[in-house]
This record gives sequence, structure tokens and C-alpha cells, in this order.
Amino acid sequence: MHSITLVVNGVVREATVPARTLLSDCLRHHLGLTGTHVGCEHGVCGCCTVLMDGEPVRSCLTLAVTADGHEITTVEGLAGPGGALSPVQRAFAECHGLQCGFCTPGFLCTATALLAENPDPSDDEIVEGISGNLCRCTGYQNIVKSVRRAAELIREEA
Amino acid sequence: MTTKLFGEPVQRREDPRLLTGQGRYLDDLGPGALAAAFVRSPHAHARIRDIDVSGALDVEGLVAIYTWEDLPGRAGQPLPLLIPHPALTHGRTAYPLAKDVVRHVGEPVVMVVARDRYLAEDACALIEVDYEFLKPVVGVEEALRSGNLVHEDVPDNVGAHMVQEVPSADGRGAAEAIEAAPYSLEFRLDIERSASMPLEGRGVYARWDADDHSLRVYSSTQTSTSVRMAIAATLGLPLPKVEVIAPDVGGGFGVKIMHPWPEEILVPWAAITLGREVKWTEDRREHFISSAHERAQVQQVKVGFDGEGHVLGLDVTILHDHGAYTPYGIIVPIITSTQLLGPYRIGAYRVEFSSVYTNTVQVTPYRGAGRPQGVFCMERTMDHISRHLGLDRAAVRAANFIQPDEFPYDQGMIFQDGRPLIYDSGDYPESLRMLKELIDWDGFPARKAEAAARGRRLGIGIGCYVEGTGVGPYEGGHVQVTSDGRVHVSTGLTSQGQGHETVFAQIAASELGVPLERVSVVTGDTRRFGYAVGTFASRAAVMSGNAIALACRKVREKALRIAADALEADPRDLSITDGVVHVAGDPRASIPLATVAVLSNPLRYAFDEEAKRATQFAGGGSADRPPIEEGDEPGLEGREYYSPIRSTFASGMHAAIVETDPDTAEITILRYAVVHDCGNLINPMIVEGQIHGGVAQGVGGALYERMVYDQHGQLLNASFMDFLMPYVTEVPAVETAHLETPSPLNPLGIKGAGEAGVIPVSAVIASAVEDAEDFPIDRMPLSPSELFDLRSRHGTG
Repeated sequence: MHSITLVVNGVVREATVPARTLLSDCLRHHLGLTGTHVGCEHGVCGCCTVLMDGEPVRSCLTLAVTADGHEITTVEGLAGPGGALSPVQRAFAECHGLQCGFCTPGFLCTATALLAENPDPSDDEIVEGISGNLCRCTGYQNIVKSVRRAAELIREEA
Repeated sequence: MTTKLFGEPVQRREDPRLLTGQGRYLDDLGPGALAAAFVRSPHAHARIRDIDVSGALDVEGLVAIYTWEDLPGRAGQPLPLLIPHPALTHGRTAYPLAKDVVRHVGEPVVMVVARDRYLAEDACALIEVDYEFLKPVVGVEEALRSGNLVHEDVPDNVGAHMVQEVPSADGRGAAEAIEAAPYSLEFRLDIERSASMPLEGRGVYARWDADDHSLRVYSSTQTSTSVRMAIAATLGLPLPKVEVIAPDVGGGFGVKIMHPWPEEILVPWAAITLGREVKWTEDRREHFISSAHERAQVQQVKVGFDGEGHVLGLDVTILHDHGAYTPYGIIVPIITSTQLLGPYRIGAYRVEFSSVYTNTVQVTPYRGAGRPQGVFCMERTMDHISRHLGLDRAAVRAANFIQPDEFPYDQGMIFQDGRPLIYDSGDYPESLRMLKELIDWDGFPARKAEAAARGRRLGIGIGCYVEGTGVGPYEGGHVQVTSDGRVHVSTGLTSQGQGHETVFAQIAASELGVPLERVSVVTGDTRRFGYAVGTFASRAAVMSGNAIALACRKVREKALRIAADALEADPRDLSITDGVVHVAGDPRASIPLATVAVLSNPLRYAFDEEAKRATQFAGGGSADRPPIEEGDEPGLEGREYYSPIRSTFASGMHAAIVETDPDTAEITILRYAVVHDCGNLINPMIVEGQIHGGVAQGVGGALYERMVYDQHGQLLNASFMDFLMPYVTEVPAVETAHLETPSPLNPLGIKGAGEAGVIPVSAVIASAVEDAEDFPIDRMPLSPSELFDLRSRHGTG
């Protein structure tokens, strides 16, 4: 067993986990943050994407012990103070960028990181940016639209 | 309707929780539950000689290991055959845990329960099962030819054989009509296996309350009511002691309408047996090898037609691969057989299918449920005819259309609901006109020639379909206005992302005249509504939407009656706006719906200030009449059911422009256009979303997705690395136009929309690639390497 300390959504969290514990399982089952979803457990679908030190990572391909000392942002941490939805979250609601919602946390984290790095992406850059995440419901069209809209919202509110 | 919400692109009520990680999917529940895991067969066909669990007994945290021998009574019997049919003469279903013989890779053999999933899987890895290999049967033609049997007592591996024949108007059979036709063609079509593949797999979580002798089960299902009945019946529990809840469900697409899955029996049984909470969450490999697949068919087509392309006779023989078991009956090939006819009035039609056992995962409906195969067949036929006669493909389709003045149109067959295949309404010529305009059909030849001059290879394709939606037998809705003015709506069918909480709230708010924010909707929870069928066949909006509208109308009528008494007005002069009942022409005479709810329930005890108005000394009501009139009930609530005489038929037409790379044979969709008619739209934003998603799955089926079994029955691509689902980079932007031909069969005039997007896509892409390449495309999906091989075969590579 290993004791690890993570900063999750700005809060210091401690967990004692076997070495083989995936970061996704640690977040979901040890820390109770079930907003991060697991769709394939082999790193292809992107549902489990979280931000580690601001960069998107597949939490199903990351051992929890390797996240020791790092900052993790999950979908639960995207909203602002007082629970106000982030521009990315609002844009997804406005543009119908989700249906069943299972892949959504991964897309939200991915899009958040994308827009942090490139606040004014072209459509091609948006497509490239989210091309590692699977969605089985939306056909992606409204997800692309959501990311485009999120960029607008961020600019408007800057 | 006093508040205009029906028909508006209202933002979804579901989204705030799903966007913040507050959704509750199956594996998010029961943090302290024990975990179940399964030892599954690694062989496609084998006899179990021995199961040795001794190696697993020392695993830390192990709680229990179960095999078939442990299962009592009906839990140890084969799972139910859900939809019996006289043509399914040799229906077979699996045991919850394999008894003696395994018939596909992935069949559950041993269940392990442990403290957590890691430990349960540790134990599974240490259990040794000794198998005697039996000869596997893979592929429908192999199944008929090889002499090897999937089930010893099913000769030739044929589970069902069915023929339906509709003679021509002058009484000719299909064979005779084809023989007599000026032209005839024969060809074969092949469609591969695919699967629903929701991003959340299946899962079950059960809690047994030993004091109350009651069971609560959460399942990631498309039908909680039917899972409940199956659990109660199988485990011998009184129905009122079993609750089943579908929590947030991460996509279904058909696979979760199948039930009860072995795990839906085994996990509750283990929870009762152990007196502990038990949960099982399917992993992705399990989903590939133990949940259901669909689509695979081989079709032989004979068609006779005249010089204008009118189909005079059509004879289709289908081999349908239903896998190792038939728990869902033969619904898929029945739908293929009947929906194949599409928007067309053809001469004589004969369809014959054989539904065949193979040692592969069972086949049950996947979004479209047999329709994509039927549409592929009919639309390939239309293109064959056009090509043979040198006619425009849209013109040949138009020549065969049922005309708007021919509705209701009886196709003379029996549909999947056991009812006549009678189309209720539609306007196919107008759909085609809109589609041709949207995609610029008539301008395409010039565009193609221009591209060709620059060395680019373009093609345009078209596909038309009619979809029976809103199948019965029924759904119900319950609506309650409570004394705080809130409106609580419930219906028994389930949700997997379709936005039911939003569209049902729109219907209720519109019908009752209350603000949308005051309405809440619960689906798929048997504690709230016990009678339902489930979510499948594009039926939820039609069935529950209408039931909820009817329940609201009942509540509204009662509210107006009570308000009329209180306001001393005529109910006919009352209307409800923003949750307040008003008297026409007298703005001061009004009463909030909340107060009406208070008055609807004569009280002895006042529980709050407002409730005092309904107590026995508060005045009101005649001393000569009982507080509750005969035939009335307390409370402002109503329950209604909608049970249609038959299905309502949505329709649509798609067109695509593709480019095929002359060197690499890569296929790129440049444009994709959809004209869709699902009657009145409740929420156009949600309908569009359904279509986008359906098209994306259709693109997967047309170009990428297939289940690759080897000759031993091993599924070679059971992971997302090898089973290619489209990413954003593979799905074109979908251009849509809506035609609204209301259904005359239901009060809201709506038709289903859930499956529309996926149905014709393979046919459309085949049509477009054929146009680009100038040789017939007779199979789907089509990979670049297959297209490359086809070019070589046709000497055009």
C-alpha cells in the first residue's frame, strides 16, 4: 500500500492505495469523485480524461501513485466559485454538446485544456484538439460547435 | 396549449448535473458494495468438464464463488425467451451461468464476489476450467453447410424460418411477376456485424433489505419495469418487494433493451444470498464478448421491373446470423423483412428468412434494429435498376413512391408489433424534392465532371427509408401537482441521453400552462411508475409523450373544475397561464394552481398555512355531498396510458457526396444531407441531435465497424483499438431539413426520431461510392483496402 497526496480541484487529498490502482479508480472509488468516467480502460475513448498539472491525461492509463504530488482537475472542479458553470460547460449546454453525458467529462476537460492553450482555435484546430475522445451519441457536430462557442464566451468575458 | 414550449429548442434539464460530474451512472452508486467479476469462456464451443476453484480460495478479500450448480430453482433455468413467435421453432436461451456447454467466447461460467473489483479479478484468474473442445460454427453460410451444430437438438442450426408474401394487385406472386417483367436482375448483398457499443457498458447494483425482505436493484437498462418482473419471477420474490431503477445511463442504442442479462439475475441473487450490497460493472472487453451484436445478414435479391424502373416483383432471401441464443426472438429479421419496402409501392413481394445459430455473441437489436439491412437491400436494388436502365437514381425512386393521397397505405404484411404494416402519413415526393435541393442533386454531374478534370473522383448517393416508430403495446404517464405548485411527472420507460426530462417537461408545461422550471420528470424508476414497456424502436416520445399529455389533460380538467367552484365561474371560461388559473375577461379573478392542489385534497389536518384552506372547518363544499365525489379521487393528479392501434411511420431521405482517393482508395464524405419527417417536433434541437448521432453511427457501420471473428469463433478486435468507432475526424457535418407530416394516430401528432439518422447511411454511402467508382458496391462496411481490391477485380485500379 502506498500513501499518496494529490491536490484535486484545489483541495489536498490523501489516499492509501495499492500500487496497481489506476488514477481513475482512485478518483472515483477512493476519493468519491465519480464524475470522471471509465469507458474502455485502455486509453482509447477518452472518457476518463482529467487534467494533471493542467495537461489532459488518461486517468485509466495512469497509476494513482504516479500522480502523487500533482495537481488534478476533474469535471467536478471545472465550475467557478459558488458553482457557476465554466464557459466550456455553459457552451456545451447551449449547443446541445451532450446527450447521455458519459463521455462529456472527458470532452470538457480536453476542451478546457485546449482553450487554455489556444484561446482562438480554428475549426480544424478544434477537430484536432478533440480527436482523441469518442462520443457515441452526438455525432460530434454539436461538440465542435460547443468548443467554438466556449472560445467566444471566454473572449467575451475576458 | 397556453404556454408555448412544445416545439421550442429548449435547453436540456439534464445538462447541469451531467456537466458538473453530478450525474449518477451505475458504477457511481454503491461505493461500499462488494464487487462481482466473471470467469468467461475463452472458447467458442466447448463442454465444461470441471471447474477447479481451489486456487482462488486464498485470495484476500474473496467473499464467494458461484457456478451453475449453486443456482437455486428458476435462477438455474435458462433465461427467458422474451418474444416468442410461431416461426421461431427452435428458440434457445442461455443459462445465467453456463451449464455443461459454452456456446460463445465470453459466456459467463463462474461468478466471483470480492471486496473490490481488483481482488475479484485476481480470484477469477486463479479459477481453472477444464474444457473439452467442440467444433465451432462461425458465419451463417458455414452454419448451414458444415454439419456442426451449435445446439445438439437444433438441426441445420436453423432457429427460425419465415416467409411473407404479398401478391401484386392483379394477384401474381413475386416469382411470376419477376418472370413476366420486361427486365430482371439477381444479386447478393453482405452486411457485417456491428454493435451498439455505448460508452457506458452494462452494470447492475443490488441491495437486499433483510428486515424488510425487499430488494432494490439499479441496472443500466432500457427497461427497468421488465427487469423488475424478470427478477421477481426468477428469484421468487413478491413483485411489490422489488424495485428497479435505471439511473443515468451512458447510452443504450438497443443493447440494453435486452434483458434480463445473466448479471441482472445473478447480482441480485448474490446480494440476497450474502445479505450484502453487490455491484458488477461491465468492462469493455466483457461488453464486446458478452453483450449483444447486430446487423450481420446475407441477402439474395431477385427483382423484376419495367422500363421506367417500376418494381413489378421483388424476391428477397435473407440469412440472418442471430448468434448462439435467441432471447430477443426474431424481431430483427422481421423488421428487415417488413421495413425493406421503404416508401415504395411495389408490385409483388416475397421475403424469406432463415435465422441461424452460430457460436458467436447473440444478436439483439442495435439502433435501427434490422432496418439498415432492409434499407440497404431496397436501396441497392433501386440503384441496380437505375444503372441497368441508365435512369437517374432519384427518378427511379420517385417512380415507385407511395403518393401523399394514398395514406393510410397498407403494405399487406404483419409488422414487428404483430399488427398490420399500414403507413399512417407521409409525403415522400416532397421529401425527395427537399433533399435534391439541399444537396444540389441536379447540379452534381457538373461538379463531378469538374472534379474529374482535376483528377478527383467524386460520387453522390441517395437512400430513402420508412421507419415504424412508436410501437405498442403501451406506455403510461403520471402527473401530480403538489400544494407548492410543483408538477411531478413520471413515466416508466427509461432514458439513455434522449433528453426525456426536457421534452416530457415541455409537453407537461405546455398542456398544463405552467413554467417549465416548475416541472420535474422521472423516468425508469419503478417506485414512481410500475407499468411500462421500455425505450426502443424510436418509441419514447410517441408513447410516453402522448401518455403524459393525456394525463396532463385529465389533471387540467380537474384543476379547472375545482377552480371553477372556488371562483364561482364556468370551467369553460377558465385558462391556465404561468401556473395560475384565470377567468377570461376578469383579470382579478384567479387562483394559483398550487391552491387548486390544496383544495383538491380535503383535509382534516393542516400541515402548513396554505393547507388550512382545505380543512373541514374552513368552509366551502356542500354539506349534502361527500367531500370526495363518487368516482373522484383526492389530489390534483392523473394517470393515463397511451396504447396505439398500430405503429406510426416516420420517414426520411439522405444523400451524400463522397470522394474516393484514386491512389489510396480512402473514402471521404464531403457532404451529408438529411431530410427527415417525424411529424410534429417537440424540441427541434434534440431531434437534430438524435439525427447527428444516428448518422455518425451509420458512418461507422458503412465504413469502419465490424466484428471480426476468426474460424475458431474468437473475436479478434474486441477493443476500441481494433473496433473502429468514428472520432470527430471521421464524421461529416450533417445538413438537415425537416418536413412535418403529423401522425393522425396520436394526440400530439408525433412520430419517433431516435433511429432515423442511422438507418439509410450504409445504403447512401454505397450508392455514392458506386457512383464515384462506377462498379457495384454489394457489401458494407467498405474499407479502403476492400475498395482497392474491388478496383483490381473490376480492372479499374
